[in-house]
Amino acid sequence: MIVHLSGVTKRFGGRVAVDDLTLNVPSGVCFGLLGPNGAGKTTTLRMIYGVTLPTSGEVRVFGMDAARHVRAVRRRLGVTLQQNVLIETISPRANLTVFGRYHLMDGADLARRVEQLLDFLELRSHADVPVNKLSGGYQRRLAVALSLMNRPELLILDEPTTGLDPAVRLALWSRVRELRRGGTTVLLTTHYMDEAQRLCDVVAIMSAGDVIAQGAPEALIERYLARETVELDATPEEEHALLRGLEESPPRYRAGNRTMLYTDEASPLLERIRKRPEFDDRAMVARPTNLEDVFLALTGTRLEDDP
Amino acid sequence: MNLSWRHALSVWRRNATMYRRTWRWNILPNFFEPVLYLVSLGVGLGAYITTMGGTSYIEFLAPGLVCVAAMNGASFEVTYNIYVRMNIEKAYDAMLTTPIQPVDVVAGELLWAMTRSCMYGLCFALVVAAAGLAPLPQALWVLAVIPLTGLLFSAIGLAFTLRIGTMELYSFYFTLFLTPLFLFSSVFFPLEERLSASWLWVAECLPLLHPVRLARAAFHGQPSATLIWDVAYILVLSTALVAYATRLMQRKLTQ
Repeated sequence: MIVHLSGVTKRFGGRVAVDDLTLNVPSGVCFGLLGPNGAGKTTTLRMIYGVTLPTSGEVRVFGMDAARHVRAVRRRLGVTLQQNVLIETISPRANLTVFGRYHLMDGADLARRVEQLLDFLELRSHADVPVNKLSGGYQRRLAVALSLMNRPELLILDEPTTGLDPAVRLALWSRVRELRRGGTTVLLTTHYMDEAQRLCDVVAIMSAGDVIAQGAPEALIERYLARETVELDATPEEEHALLRGLEESPPRYRAGNRTMLYTDEASPLLERIRKRPEFDDRAMVARPTNLEDVFLALTGTRLEDDP
Repeated sequence: MNLSWRHALSVWRRNATMYRRTWRWNILPNFFEPVLYLVSLGVGLGAYITTMGGTSYIEFLAPGLVCVAAMNGASFEVTYNIYVRMNIEKAYDAMLTTPIQPVDVVAGELLWAMTRSCMYGLCFALVVAAAGLAPLPQALWVLAVIPLTGLLFSAIGLAFTLRIGTMELYSFYFTLFLTPLFLFSSVFFPLEERLSASWLWVAECLPLLHPVRLARAAFHGQPSATLIWDVAYILVLSTALVAYATRLMQRKLTQ
């Protein structure tokens, strides 16, 4: 295990941010920590890189106590913070150089690494432009590049693609996959389910400071719901009438007048709906079940909602 | 956590990297300021004063103003600049994702503030020397007084910065702390001659008084036992405040 948390609790005054959390991140995977804002994701990450000390419990990273061996742990990991921390008035190349020195890199080794990362994150065309003249996508890529300066064995990404346009997200995802293929363990937080589903081998869903479900995305979907989702507008009475007579009523979730029905095989259910005239002019979607649905089913709240 | 000088130096180098882009413009006013003071007060006002503290007024004024320059250089850096780096740019949050620790941040920032302080102080001293107001070689002792002044006011300002929650409070720091120090620390007149014996201890509390006394003793080549007290005051107060600031920094950056 690269990261091992056992029985970790973190209180800020009276507020419990992380509540008796146990979490294991195996080496070489891309691990996603999912949950709404305030679920304790960022606090968990901060305890892993040792800037927040747990109130109780144990945090071990690379087999070391993260609170006690802070420097040794941080030498081997990289962190992309939720908010970019860049020096606005100087270029990406200068930013990378300054950051490399924080890791005590110098001379030819430092210069070589800077050039490598300018290529790896496709920053070369803007390598000497002041950061405050760069678009959000370039700035985010630079922030990720900074966290790679020390060739980390563990890369921590706190909401890496929040607020980015689709093209930049795709580009960043491909870099993350490439790093993982190269043996880097990736630990990321996100509240984008598509991101988790595309990128992560394992996801852990957090709610109110604890992990409530963990596994491969597909496995979670099968364990808690079913492969397909039929989504339609129906009052509770109409839904009741529709499902009457079924041997086993499917797992479902309701939000206002919208209902979601989860099933391994959507066509019989769709057939059933078509036979009922009251649904003739209703908007209806049949789609694969995703992690968002799992989250809804497990917590009763939407991922993007604030608690 | 023990201090790592190499990590502290990387913090210093961050600031130096940024400063290097603008130093030409930054450093120029440092030469004009002393000229303005010496001409206005030394030459202008000094024309009406025969002697002060046993010398001409301009000679009395010069060493104190060197210390004021060093004080200002340190103060600008550890107030607004550090406040912005810490609370707005969040630079320290990024540093703490690397092996840098809060104690290294404090050391690196103090070192940088002292560097700026020395630049201000030395520029002033050069102008003063060029004007023939710094008798050599004894005035060279001021080269030791400038970094001490820088250390003292870096430590005071850093502790203040780590205590406040809003930048507005700096107007108090500058107007109600640094300005009175500037006016009453024996820079413009010998404070101890204006105080009755029972109030002399008040003067000894003023942080700027001690560097000023050291600098004046250097310029005038008059060593005395009091100077040991002055150096001790600076070192003890600085050490205490640096320890305090380190604790505050630790608490602020790690929770």
